[in-house]
Amino acid sequence: MLDIVNVSKRYPNGHLALSGLNLSVGKGEILAIVGGSGCGKSTLLRLLSGLDGPSSGEVTLSGSAIESPRSEIGLVFQEPRLMPWLSIEDNIAFGILGLPAEVRATRVREALERVGLAAHAGNWPRELSGGQAQRAALARALVARPEALLLDEPFSALDALTRSDLQQHLLDLWVYDQPTMILVTHDIEEALFLADRIVVMQPNPGRIRSEFRPQLARPHDRLDPEFQVWKSSLLAELGHASRRQTGEETFPAAAI
Amino acid sequence: MSDIAQEAEPATPRAAAFGPLFPSGLSWLAGLILPVGIALAWEVAVALKWADGRLLPPPSAIFAALAALTRSGDLALHVTTTLQRVALGFGLGVAAGTFFGALSGYSTPVRRLIDPTLQALRNIPSIAWVPMFILWFGIFETSKVILIAVGVFFPIYLTLSGAILGVDRKLVEVGRIFRFSHRQMILRILLPAALPSYILALRSGLGLGWMFVVAAEFMGAESGLGFLLVDGQQTGRPTVILASIVSFAILGKLTDWLLASATSPLLRWQDSFKPAE
Ligand SMILES: Nc1ncnc2c1ncn2[C@@H]1O[C@H](COP(=O)(O)OP(=O)(O)OP(=O)(O)O)[C@@H](O)[C@H]1O
Ligand SMILES: [Mg+2]
Repeated sequence: MLDIVNVSKRYPNGHLALSGLNLSVGKGEILAIVGGSGCGKSTLLRLLSGLDGPSSGEVTLSGSAIESPRSEIGLVFQEPRLMPWLSIEDNIAFGILGLPAEVRATRVREALERVGLAAHAGNWPRELSGGQAQRAALARALVARPEALLLDEPFSALDALTRSDLQQHLLDLWVYDQPTMILVTHDIEEALFLADRIVVMQPNPGRIRSEFRPQLARPHDRLDPEFQVWKSSLLAELGHASRRQTGEETFPAAAI
Repeated sequence: MSDIAQEAEPATPRAAAFGPLFPSGLSWLAGLILPVGIALAWEVAVALKWADGRLLPPPSAIFAALAALTRSGDLALHVTTTLQRVALGFGLGVAAGTFFGALSGYSTPVRRLIDPTLQALRNIPSIAWVPMFILWFGIFETSKVILIAVGVFFPIYLTLSGAILGVDRKLVEVGRIFRFSHRQMILRILLPAALPSYILALRSGLGLGWMFVVAAEFMGAESGLGFLLVDGQQTGRPTVILASIVSFAILGKLTDWLLASATSPLLRWQDSFKPAE
């Protein structure tokens, strides 16, 4: 459904954030992207969402090039990015202003319940905690019901409990209408719990280092010994990826 | 638990001892101390003949002049004429400044087209246009209103276009993700984000409006508070001049207060610094 072919991205300041990247995501698949800070994960999501174009290569949705944001693709930014002048419920309705008022109200109410912010519907964004703001941002993307959802570390500011609540909620949602999901995360357990496939990126320039397909039975069970095995091998892989980062000059990519 | 409560306790008496000068709700009275004090001192100085009140009449003489002007109905006439001119000029200036400011902030081609010219015009002191305006629009209302509008236009235009250019890219990208139209982008993101600066610009524009109305009324008016100034000078009545100045002060303050309180509900969302009492 989403295809990235030989994509490189150079920012205007000359920094090469992604280089020669290939990735295909099937319809209804949940893909997790892990990798150290600065390895180009957010950049990749910006290309997929149509906010930025690649410097070379192709990014396509069902075969057609993504040149600007598409209604089929939703994005949850790494920061909440709520409009400070709108109440939480108005912020959540921000992406569905074109829908009839009743539909909008119902969807917003549902979303508020799901992310546990019903009591804060009328609050200003400045009155929310970091994690609450992130949940509001998640709700804002969900109410638009995109076919593909790009999530840039959406749970990073949450406590363990809310985090696993929302992970579960995201899974429920996925079971219900099978959106394609690409989730950037720092949390290997989260990646293993949610995703079918996990891509490890490495920096300088950003590229894919390796890919994991755990093929655990759904729902993924954190206590499953197999889960733990995957977790340790992913941890080791991430360790290599970040060590490579510091040894960049002495270890050309081809040598590994 | 208990030691937290004990630690917190001394805070209350300390806060009371160094607390606000006035009971809450009356803190605005602090602003009156200086003007009232100086006025009283001057009144006493003139009454005791320590000072000559002829060129700078004491407050009582100014109030007497104001009372006389009120009784004759002249004050009401001058005040309404001036208010009308300021309102019209301010309205025009705000409308034009908002329109061009929003356009030039949003559209790079438009900005390239109009901004250099407007920046150049801005450097001409608006009063310098007076002779031209009189030639073009005559000596009566039109030229006065336009002079005020020109004065109000620039702060609004400059602030709004600058504020729009300064809107956080991150918020704009949210609009892009939701495929906002140009109109939605302006109305739903750029203008609200620029609103705090815009409202400050409205207030400084209003202040300039009051400044320019005086200049406008100096150029041959038959009524208005500015006319009263000229009249007081020509007939050698400093009390009338000061009565007019006092009226300007009151009206200026009053309209600014009205504008500020009408717009403050629009800014309740702001998460801004609030100095301690
Ligand atoms: N607008 C930009 N202009 C120039 N360089 C940029 C820009 N945005 C990101 N970069 C650079 O591109 C690289 C990748 O950035 P990106 O934000 O994609 O990293 P990331 O993997 O999302 O990191 P993190 O986990 O910290 O969010 C970084 O080295 C960053 O310095
Ligand atoms: Mg990032």
